[in-house]
Amino acid sequence: MKNVILIITVMFTSMTFAQNKNAKASMEVDGVCGMCKERIEKAAIKTKGVKSAVWNIDTHELKLIYDERKTDLKTISKNIAAVGHDTKEIKATKEAYESVNACCKYRDKEVVKNHSKE
Amino acid sequence: MKKLTLFLMCIFQVFVHAQDEQLKGVIFEASNGTESPLPGANVYWLGSSVGAITAEDGTFSLPYKFSFNKLVVSYVGFKTDTLTVNKNRYIKHVLKASEELDAVTVTSRKQSTSKSFLKATNTMTVSADELLKAACCNLSESFETNPSIDVNFADAVSGTKQIKMLGLNSPYILIATENIPAIRGASQAYGLSFIPGTWVESIQITKGAGSVINGYESIAGQINTELVKPATDDKLFVNAYAGANGRLELNTHFNQKVSDKWSTGIYVHGNLRNQKFDRNDDSFLDVPLKEQINVMNRWQYASPEKGLVSFISLRYLNDHTQAGQIDFDPDRDRGTTNFWGSEINTERFEVMTKLGYVNPEIPYQSLGFQTAFSYHKQDSYFGLNIYDINHSSVYSNLIYNSIISDSRHKVKTGLSFTYDRYDEVVNTSNYERIENSIGGFFEYAFDNLDDLSLTAGVRVDQHNRLGFFVTPRLHVRYTPWEKSALRASIGRGKRSANIFAENQNLFASSRQINILNASGKIYGLDPEIAWNYGISYLQGFNFFGQKADVTFDFYRTDFQNQVVVDWENPFEINFYNLDGESYANSFQFEFNYNAFKGFDIRTAYKYYDIKTDYNSGKLEKPLIPRNRLFANAAYETEAKSNGSQWKFDATYNWLDSQRFPSTEISVPEFQLDEYSPTIGTLNLQVTKVFSPNFEVYLGGENITNVRQTNPIISPDNPFGSNFDSNFVYGPIFGSMYYAGIRYRLN
Repeated sequence: MKNVILIITVMFTSMTFAQNKNAKASMEVDGVCGMCKERIEKAAIKTKGVKSAVWNIDTHELKLIYDERKTDLKTISKNIAAVGHDTKEIKATKEAYESVNACCKYRDKEVVKNHSKE
Repeated sequence: MKKLTLFLMCIFQVFVHAQDEQLKGVIFEASNGTESPLPGANVYWLGSSVGAITAEDGTFSLPYKFSFNKLVVSYVGFKTDTLTVNKNRYIKHVLKASEELDAVTVTSRKQSTSKSFLKATNTMTVSADELLKAACCNLSESFETNPSIDVNFADAVSGTKQIKMLGLNSPYILIATENIPAIRGASQAYGLSFIPGTWVESIQITKGAGSVINGYESIAGQINTELVKPATDDKLFVNAYAGANGRLELNTHFNQKVSDKWSTGIYVHGNLRNQKFDRNDDSFLDVPLKEQINVMNRWQYASPEKGLVSFISLRYLNDHTQAGQIDFDPDRDRGTTNFWGSEINTERFEVMTKLGYVNPEIPYQSLGFQTAFSYHKQDSYFGLNIYDINHSSVYSNLIYNSIISDSRHKVKTGLSFTYDRYDEVVNTSNYERIENSIGGFFEYAFDNLDDLSLTAGVRVDQHNRLGFFVTPRLHVRYTPWEKSALRASIGRGKRSANIFAENQNLFASSRQINILNASGKIYGLDPEIAWNYGISYLQGFNFFGQKADVTFDFYRTDFQNQVVVDWENPFEINFYNLDGESYANSFQFEFNYNAFKGFDIRTAYKYYDIKTDYNSGKLEKPLIPRNRLFANAAYETEAKSNGSQWKFDATYNWLDSQRFPSTEISVPEFQLDEYSPTIGTLNLQVTKVFSPNFEVYLGGENITNVRQTNPIISPDNPFGSNFDSNFVYGPIFGSMYYAGIRYRLN
């Protein structure tokens, strides 16, 4: 019985965890420049439930604060991939990737090299 | 036991989840044919700040990033290697000693004055680099290279330069230091000269009504000055300046890190001008004699873990100015008619505190609390006119920042409290008054991260003399196509005019002072109320392959009530409530062009139409040119590897003729034309940077030696009824050369 209570408590806490209004998460998103940053952040923040999205050009880390009752990381990843940026979970389709500006072609080693020179 | 396991599992799960994939490896050095582990080497992903340093045994571990595949391994004295890592595997690498060290140069050239394409407000940021262009000694001289702010010629008595924005003088501009209103009340006339130029880190100039957060007083615009900060300023900074007009200045900064979280800085400024000049032989000093000592101590606290930042600043100022006739001796001649003279003694004490809290968990939520206390005491006389003012002021503001639904919708809200106590002596009259207000504000900012942003704010205040009132303000920015910004703003401002403090230059005349209303609550006058409307269009483009931009600005200020300063009668100065209309229209066209590397051109044309219904009819505001031209060219050579370079700067200003207040009823001898002649002035400066630590500058103001020959009316009879020193439309001193050095140690 005690175990059951414990399990329920654990489940409950993890459930409240899942219901966090200000859940924090960070994920890796590929990109190269300031234009990518704008595109990635915009795609993230336009996802209903995302409150704050800040992408770091250097580390490729996207810091998120979102309402877990309204969205999840998968949805956010999907939306980011839809505008052409790879995330760890979901890769952008060829069409989506092609839609990004020429200078943002992060899969192209030449482009990446040009940016790292700056 | 089972419970424990379960518990551990839960915790473990969280851990596994929290931990990213790690890339592990070991680095060796090759020396004398053997390989040994290399501790202290840098290992990082190319193009990122994700990296690690190898341990005693040469091993390292850093987060594995699938989107990076170049791993850089470097160590001083060794050749830097870049490895391609396509999958997470154990790395083993040997570094070879290099013959020479890699020189790393980071070059980036940021603009010294920048306009935002994104902000809702029409804001221009002026960096410290721009401020160096005119070797300026204090804030009032810092705007010489900026076309949005007009700097007047120094008046004959105080030698202080006044600034104007949209054709309105500084009382209509909210001038703040670190967002705390600073140049107001008793310090209105000379306050800008009490902020040394080297203390300024950057300046933000906002045209139009501005934000509601810092109060209801701004009408034409807001100027915010960020001061240097102990944690980021140079450890030691020295600036010494000497001008051919006898002006000597010395600025020193000492900054020190006290602990992990605390830094402190001491900033000392002194200036001295003790040589007498009378180039135009009117028996009056061309520039006043001056002594100023100005000391500031700042404490900065920062704790990123707790999300706390704080500033405490203390400041003391003592300024002495003497002007008037060359032979005037204050001890002998004060209060007599032997010689005409004037002395202004100012003492000021200030305490400023800021406390900011950013929720480390939720970075968009923050709380800020600012307080400022100042005591300002000025004892002065101008010939036989006496003017003393004591002003104690308390200001506090509490601001809460957050978002609605997501970070595209930001809100700021808070409360403010102000208290001002004025005690003035004007000849034989005594004026005492207390002003206090309590208010609340709410500002909503929307940004769709694309082509639209807006800031809408409203505040309500209860003021003991201005009553209960609402201050609405709105700024909108829309980007119709690439590299453009179309802005519009509307807002209301309200203030009490400190008629004597703001117009104390008029004491240096034989005019009789009259206040024509008696029923109001501020010297018998009513508060000033104005609406400001503006539109602005900024377009960036490429011109012969180089960056350029153009700006068109149109602003209109409409006064519902104004305290009219009427000196259209040469024997009187009259203050009264506006009866009729008063407006200021301003149009500005600006063109900026980066013609080639290191060479920037900035040009502007300005048109002002400023009219007020005086008792004697609708007239143009006196001493404001209708048309103005401005041009600035700056060139800097490319910095050599040791940091040495040359910088050249030239600024040209042309002013159309300016209307003189009427002198019709004076005797013909003392009558002036209706309009002044036009004026063109040229300033040049050359800076030689020897190294990042040391530079020398040399410059000339007004090098074509343009002069107003007769700035004073009736200088031979300064106690006669026609004496007046306020008809200044151009430089009095003529050309002036200066030189100085800057030394900094980081």
